[in-house]
Amino acid sequence: MTKTTAAPIGSERGEGRLRLGFMPLVDCAPLVVARDLGFAAEEGLDLELVRETSWANIRDRLVLGHFDAAHMLAPMPIAARLGLGHLQAPVIAPFVLDQGGNSIAVTTALWREGGDWGGFGDPLASGRTLARLVAERAQAGREQLTFASVHPFSCHHHQLRHWMAAAGVDPDTDVRLTVVPPPHMVAAMEAGEVDGICVGAPWTSRAVDSGVGHIVLPTAVLWPSTPEKVLGLRADLAERRGDEIEALLRSLDRAAAWSEAPENRERLAELLARDEIVGVPAAIVMRSLTGRLQIERGGAPVSVPGFLRFHGEGVNGPITRPRPTDGLWFAAQMLRWHQTDDAEAAFAAAREAFASDRWDRAIGRPSRVDDTLRTFDGPLFDGGDPEKWLRTEGWTGARHV
Amino acid sequence: MADTSLTILVIDENPTRATILEDGLREAGLVDVVRLDTTHELLKRIFEIDPDVILIDLASPSRDVLEQMFQVSRTVKRPVAMFVDQSDSAMIESAVDAGVSAYIVDGLRKERVKSILDMTVSRFNAFDRLTRELQQARDELADRKLVERAKGILMKSRGISEEEAYGMLRRTAMNEKVKLADIARSVVTAAQLLG
Repeated sequence: MTKTTAAPIGSERGEGRLRLGFMPLVDCAPLVVARDLGFAAEEGLDLELVRETSWANIRDRLVLGHFDAAHMLAPMPIAARLGLGHLQAPVIAPFVLDQGGNSIAVTTALWREGGDWGGFGDPLASGRTLARLVAERAQAGREQLTFASVHPFSCHHHQLRHWMAAAGVDPDTDVRLTVVPPPHMVAAMEAGEVDGICVGAPWTSRAVDSGVGHIVLPTAVLWPSTPEKVLGLRADLAERRGDEIEALLRSLDRAAAWSEAPENRERLAELLARDEIVGVPAAIVMRSLTGRLQIERGGAPVSVPGFLRFHGEGVNGPITRPRPTDGLWFAAQMLRWHQTDDAEAAFAAAREAFASDRWDRAIGRPSRVDDTLRTFDGPLFDGGDPEKWLRTEGWTGARHV
Repeated sequence: MADTSLTILVIDENPTRATILEDGLREAGLVDVVRLDTTHELLKRIFEIDPDVILIDLASPSRDVLEQMFQVSRTVKRPVAMFVDQSDSAMIESAVDAGVSAYIVDGLRKERVKSILDMTVSRFNAFDRLTRELQQARDELADRKLVERAKGILMKSRGISEEEAYGMLRRTAMNEKVKLADIARSVVTAAQLLG
């Protein structure tokens, strides 16, 4: 059977009208701000936002044409291009909605059992504690620890694995990795179904407030300069409606700049706290916007610089600009963890999904561009030679069973 | 021809719709239908049930939990695909439109999957129609009560007959180009405000 690409089906909405899917998370901010504060209208756009309940729905409805564009997990466009687990569709990520925002939390019970987790936000120290707990459990014949992320093709999932592997814990054999929808995370911790979670704002804060969890690590420490969510859309729609999409990117860039400005945080927290958007108290949203995290219930807030960023200059240039290197980084994670074994196809999909050209046309190519990416442990990731990084992490190509 | 050898898992938090679907599947000769109305420890339950086909309501956030089954994992016994045929996006679209998604064990014949999915989509659509009709009936009843109250108010305050009161409401609605119930609501609200 030949693998055919799914055709877009949904009917075209009128000129300037775009329907966007989003998930109830703090990083849907640029979409909400663009719609509600007039940035989209100034570009002649009329945005309709539709809240979804799962990333799977977001992807399916984008692929089928129900949505013109959507709030997406950054690795998802690549997975969609490769047809991993689903219809193959030419999804692109022409705009980065944010960097950071996720954190790893463990249950209060595991926190106590671990004793010394090192200084807050020290990934190697907390990793060592995790490795000790894993070894102790294996020795005592106790059940393995279970950690939850939000989707197989998410930064959360790859960040958990990266953190564990750096400490010598094999995420495939030493622990159990599972997926729990963010709104169910607190209950899953409470019920003892999971021992740890990696999830975006505001959900770890909810776990802390409920007294069931303790934040161990903001993942901005692990990956300080990688896209977290992107604007996903079909390449064929971007071709057909090029002017509108460029207008959308410009309005989102202005909305992201507004969202990043400290003086707008309180207003932004109110916009996002509404029931029809995220539906949590504004005070909890504020924690992720300011990066002042409550890591345990009743404790003093801890400041995490760059916890969640919507705009401005990152280590590798403007935050909202996608780079092929970013895509290659996600493809490298998918290869490292054997979500795919076809390196050539994965790298090609990554370059196409994360091409910078549309952003550059809409917003203007920055004077400084580079093709590298730095993370907490390994060598510099070079977009010019993604396999080099993989080899240093012990990757040997396709896994032979 | 009954597919009695298939195990079908239905995950739907709406008990009425789940019953409608379950009945349909049984009528089609699919006797091994298991229903889950909670997604508590979902993957563990799926591992125990070991279904051939999983049907899940699109409003359930647990779709992302099932996505994990696409990956090689220890949580399921057999590999799972969303659909057997990549080219059949029309089938996927009709399912998504109806508000349901299906996950299918690799290797299941397309015709079998299609008949199950067709049944599911038609039952979901039927449920949707039913819900809409019920809502419409409720709205109509509420509207009628509103008109009755407005008529009563007009009859009392203006000393006119029921027929005249009704005629007045109707004429006003037509002149203002709004629904009769909306005019009735204004009358009732005004009467409440004016005491």
